[in-house]
Amino acid sequence: MRIELVKRPERSKLFSALSPFIAFALTVMAGAILFAALGKNPLAALYTYFIDPVTQVWQLHELAIKAAPLILIGVGLAVCYRANVWNIGAEGQFVIGAVTGSILPVMFPAATGWWVLPLMLVMGALGGAAYASIPAFLKTRFNTNEILTSLMLVYVAQLFLDWLVRGWWRDPQAYNFPQSVQFNPSAVLPELDPMAGRANWGFVFALVAAVLVWLMLSRMMKGFEIRVLGSSPRAGRFAGFRYSYMVFFAFLISGALAGLAGISEVSGAIGQLQPSISPGYGFTAIIVAFLGRLNPLGIVAAGLVLALTYLGGEAAQTALGISDKVARVFQGMLLFFVLASDTLIHYRIRFAGIGQKSTEAA
Amino acid sequence: MAKSADKAANLIEVRGLTKVFGTLTACDHVDLSIREGEIHALLGENGAGKSTLVKMLFGSLEPTSGELFWKGKPVRIGSPSVARSLGIGMVFQHFSLFEALTAAENIALSLHDGATLDEIASRSRELSKTYGLPLDPDSLVGDLSVGERQRIEITRCLLQEPDLIILDEPTSVLTPQEADKLFETLERLRSEGKSILYISHRLEEVKRLCDRATVMRHGKVVGHCDPRKETAASLARMMVGTDVVTAESTPIELGGAPELLAICGLSRKPAGPFSMPLKNIWLSVRTGEVLGIAGVAGNGQGEFFEAVSGEALQESADAVRIRGKSVGRVGISARRRMGAAFVPEERLGHGAAPRMKLSENLLLSRHDTDRNAFVALGGFVKSGAIQSATQRIIEAMDVRKSAPDPEAAALSGGNLQKFIIGRELDRQPAVMVVNQPTWGVDAGAAARIRQALISLARAGSAVLVISQDLDELFEISDAIAVMHNGELSKPIPRGEATYEKIGLLMGGAEPGHAAPHHPEVA
Repeated sequence: MRIELVKRPERSKLFSALSPFIAFALTVMAGAILFAALGKNPLAALYTYFIDPVTQVWQLHELAIKAAPLILIGVGLAVCYRANVWNIGAEGQFVIGAVTGSILPVMFPAATGWWVLPLMLVMGALGGAAYASIPAFLKTRFNTNEILTSLMLVYVAQLFLDWLVRGWWRDPQAYNFPQSVQFNPSAVLPELDPMAGRANWGFVFALVAAVLVWLMLSRMMKGFEIRVLGSSPRAGRFAGFRYSYMVFFAFLISGALAGLAGISEVSGAIGQLQPSISPGYGFTAIIVAFLGRLNPLGIVAAGLVLALTYLGGEAAQTALGISDKVARVFQGMLLFFVLASDTLIHYRIRFAGIGQKSTEAA
Repeated sequence: MAKSADKAANLIEVRGLTKVFGTLTACDHVDLSIREGEIHALLGENGAGKSTLVKMLFGSLEPTSGELFWKGKPVRIGSPSVARSLGIGMVFQHFSLFEALTAAENIALSLHDGATLDEIASRSRELSKTYGLPLDPDSLVGDLSVGERQRIEITRCLLQEPDLIILDEPTSVLTPQEADKLFETLERLRSEGKSILYISHRLEEVKRLCDRATVMRHGKVVGHCDPRKETAASLARMMVGTDVVTAESTPIELGGAPELLAICGLSRKPAGPFSMPLKNIWLSVRTGEVLGIAGVAGNGQGEFFEAVSGEALQESADAVRIRGKSVGRVGISARRRMGAAFVPEERLGHGAAPRMKLSENLLLSRHDTDRNAFVALGGFVKSGAIQSATQRIIEAMDVRKSAPDPEAAALSGGNLQKFIIGRELDRQPAVMVVNQPTWGVDAGAAARIRQALISLARAGSAVLVISQDLDELFEISDAIAVMHNGELSKPIPRGEATYEKIGLLMGGAEPGHAAPHHPEVA
């Protein structure tokens, strides 16, 4: 007997829509088993992990802070993945965006005025886009694999930031702590409702980006080009679209959005540069993009779900005494179940050799 | 099992074999028996279920239900290795050879008797000589012609000493002369008592070669007959179910008709290690004319189509001229704007995006030429205008479909091809270049497509048709040129063209390409 995957003649629309929910349910179930194995009461642990972190208004603000970069990056990655361009390096583009956006407040701390913040955001987006153009150039010019180059550039970016805040950009007044100067008030991204919580304008950027990219993908010629080149490259060439141009377009869009997320995070939630500015947003956003079915509106919902796994991880650490790495475990399981559900939408499992009439015996 | 005394015993017998794919019944209670020492034809149009049936005989597919008897005993063929150990060999339509390996290495990969490469080489050299299939076991497959590759496949199959040999459309890649040699080999195998299941839709060769025939249509067996007692027309009627309509083409006087498409000294380096270079191709198609390009598959037709369509650019702008303008350096969209339209060989994945709706596939080739009609300010797509144009094409070409705007992959081959051709005809292009217009298309749709191409030409356009189907080219072309080994012969007017002449050119007998004879070339 062998197990085979047999392609289904048609995809079920219902299950295509349900699959993220099924994946989430399976993740929660697997999580319950995990908690039980650790000797915790599964129901209480799940409550601590998934419900307790979002019971008060200020906690919802925290959720928005975590969700904003995930959504911004995830929306950009959706453009890439729809175009069959595999940008795995959003984390690096996020970091470089944060660095280029911080040039102004770190090197010219005396600059004040209404124009400082918009200029920082633009510089952050441009920095992220420029950094993303490296793997795009390498791919189109030398036919390198963009998965490897974009991923490796993540580590370059992280170490560059580390070097900056320990060296050149270190705040001389910070008792040798590896961090830059605190941004001055005109370089800080304002909070939406300071009385209620810390959420800043980054979340609004994320929602606006999601709606704009959704419009582009579903209603505009550009989106059509992306979808054709991604699903059938040869048909795309027949249509007169150029894949090499699309590689740049996709990398620049996603790099710019990741860079914007980076500078928003630094000028909003953190307020200065430090060696580590991201708990892996750029990688988690890959899960967000797939959980949202590469649809920008779905990605908004998926971003909120993944943001919850971060908050839950922190809660599990404080309330249950479990390592906050449990957040990574939940993210990994979620991606696993999403991909598994998607596979079963396209294929069904067949046990070859069972139910077949054995004619040899006759 | 009943054996009649005057007839040879059944080697294999199939009863009620059925294969269901989802909602499609590809084979529906098929009965078939093949006797020892006969060449048995399996006839049917594309999509009739022939390939599914033989895949079940060879163990690559498992039947949904039904029984198989091998030499009178019930068997279950679960995999190709079971089929081989029983004594069933198969030569597939699409070869499974590694191009970077030699012939002998390819053969060694499928034999499991531990023979050394030298032994295999000498055995296959001997065997291929015996059966008139000359073969150099040390040559690289990548360097061989399609006909030679087929010899490797047949030799590989014969080395396993099968009792039943299944050949799937073996002559579709051969010139008429190469096919004749194959028939001699097959007749020799029959005289040695081997059985052959011969799959084809070419009626003349079946009439000539086969002892019995089983005809399939829509997954069902519609008849058994002795092909030698039938006419080609009666066999065709069995296959298609109705009388076959041929397109009507009245001769045309081209005299001083203006030239719309000109290829002037087009050369192209091979794009990859195994693709064909194009060598100094000259060609001219005038208004009103249908020019056919014949040739065995893989002789540069695909590369030529890419060069003419602009998917691949030329070094010189003058290499391709559309309506007098040099377009060698501009891409496919710019060439379309000059009034040209293109239909590639592959429907799914090249001419159409499989998972996209018909309306989106309309946009695929028309977004640039019809930008004003289909795209609004700011780059937004006008879905209303596209929907109505899609419906117009569907009605004009009689495209049958199950949903108002289905995905391209949901249509049958013939209906999708009608849509793709209709999408271009709807623009009334001045120049139409089509590669394999009716490959894998049912007879009704094929006749409609051919007639539409002739009408387009007669209305004043230039039509260039690349095809491996000689019957088709003789039916619609005003002149036929032959592509061989990346070179193109001079076009032969239809009045002077014969199968014999074209066949010789296809085999490369007269490799001389057309001289740069065109007076208008600067």
